[in-house]
Amino acid sequence: MPQPLNYLKETASQTAGPYVHIGLIPAMAGFDIFEKNFSNVLVRPNTQGERITLEGKVLDGTGSPLRDVLLEIWQANAAGRYNHPADRSAGALDADFRGWGRAGSDFETGLVTFETIKPGAITDRAGRKCAPHVNVWIVARGINIGLNTRLYFSDEEAANATDPVLNLVEPPVRRKTLIATRGERAGNVVYSFTINLQGSDETVFFDV
Amino acid sequence: MNAQAPASQDPRLNRPEPFTPPLGDGGFFQRDRSIHPPAYAPGYKSSVLRSPRQSLLSLEGSASEITGPVFGHNDLGPLDNDLIRNYAKDGDPVGERIIVHGRVLDETGRGVPNTLVEFWQANAGGRYRHKKDTYLAPIDPNFGGCGRALTDDTGYYYFRTVKPGPYPWRNFVNSWRPAHIHFSVFGSGFAQRLITQMYFEGDPLIPICPILTTIPDKDALDRLVAPLDLNASTPFDSLAYRFDIVLRGQRCTYFENRPEGN
Repeated sequence: MPQPLNYLKETASQTAGPYVHIGLIPAMAGFDIFEKNFSNVLVRPNTQGERITLEGKVLDGTGSPLRDVLLEIWQANAAGRYNHPADRSAGALDADFRGWGRAGSDFETGLVTFETIKPGAITDRAGRKCAPHVNVWIVARGINIGLNTRLYFSDEEAANATDPVLNLVEPPVRRKTLIATRGERAGNVVYSFTINLQGSDETVFFDV
Repeated sequence: MNAQAPASQDPRLNRPEPFTPPLGDGGFFQRDRSIHPPAYAPGYKSSVLRSPRQSLLSLEGSASEITGPVFGHNDLGPLDNDLIRNYAKDGDPVGERIIVHGRVLDETGRGVPNTLVEFWQANAGGRYRHKKDTYLAPIDPNFGGCGRALTDDTGYYYFRTVKPGPYPWRNFVNSWRPAHIHFSVFGSGFAQRLITQMYFEGDPLIPICPILTTIPDKDALDRLVAPLDLNASTPFDSLAYRFDIVLRGQRCTYFENRPEGN
């Protein structure tokens, strides 16, 4: 017998359940407990970059919005740099941008919103330029292991066309499930998205 | 064999670079999905309409996955890991006082330092402080039911709470959740992000829970059950339970002198 390979095994995932708000967004559960809270607002007054709102819903297999879903986003700053030591690319860090936020969907409408900035293009480990995108992680009652997807931007057609991840998506008709649509409302830029958990327009989810 | 090899056409071969260790802060080990619950698990009815049906698209870890948010003590308050005191209004919450502690490790066995661990739970009667929970057990005025901690340099975390109660839920007519505490863990990269639940040694509801039994691997299920840890308990005060959490390991390290983007 060879020596055993004593790697540990990852802890198994479990659903976040219907009361995920208590732990992660207690104000949405209906009470105030922490001095400092995390939120869906990623920008501060001095954050660099174009202010945008990301706004969308997560739909179940009947097309109904999930009203108890929690989304987190993780993104690069306006210069295309992640605020993390493992990103050693050339873009400048922005002390006023962590790049992460979380939001619960509205209990009535299912709408999820983030106030953030449009990220810059990032450079992957092979030196390729990647189209600007936001990484999304989805948990809820009925979701047994968090779902990973991305949001790209409808006004980045040229960059999207050469993005190495979008180009992995087959058949190509599914690529549109990852594109948020740019619009304007009262002078503010709003990108709208729909995440379909099932159906003919099922969103592309990643095993990252 | 030539005494002197000709200069290679590949410029990488003419530039000495250190050989990098195989484990480090590069991409993550491939996730072993056989130990996780499948997305579609019809015994847990809520999963039926909320489970993707297409294959997941596998991505090698790029900067988007190996990086993740960094948190610090400035994000937390001094009572955040004390659920006995962090919502107390006119006394301590009702219930068995317990300590929960353990380490956040990666699959190589190394501690994951300075990572955010969040936890939430029902009160001792099995009722959540949540506007959508209508179970008849009463809200405890002195119990919020959530907390958080940063692991130390070795990956260690701890908090104090009261033991949550089991509660009924709508799945089958007579479905009950075993007592459990929800955990959210970050790790160093967004691809390590994990939500799970901790259960308590000896709970007879564990083997019949429709959510817990979505896990197809018996050992993986057992690893969610925290044993009583009498050594860590405080005499005449609190029992303790031990719960270690394992996040995905990481492959090779980048070196600072490697070209950008490599």
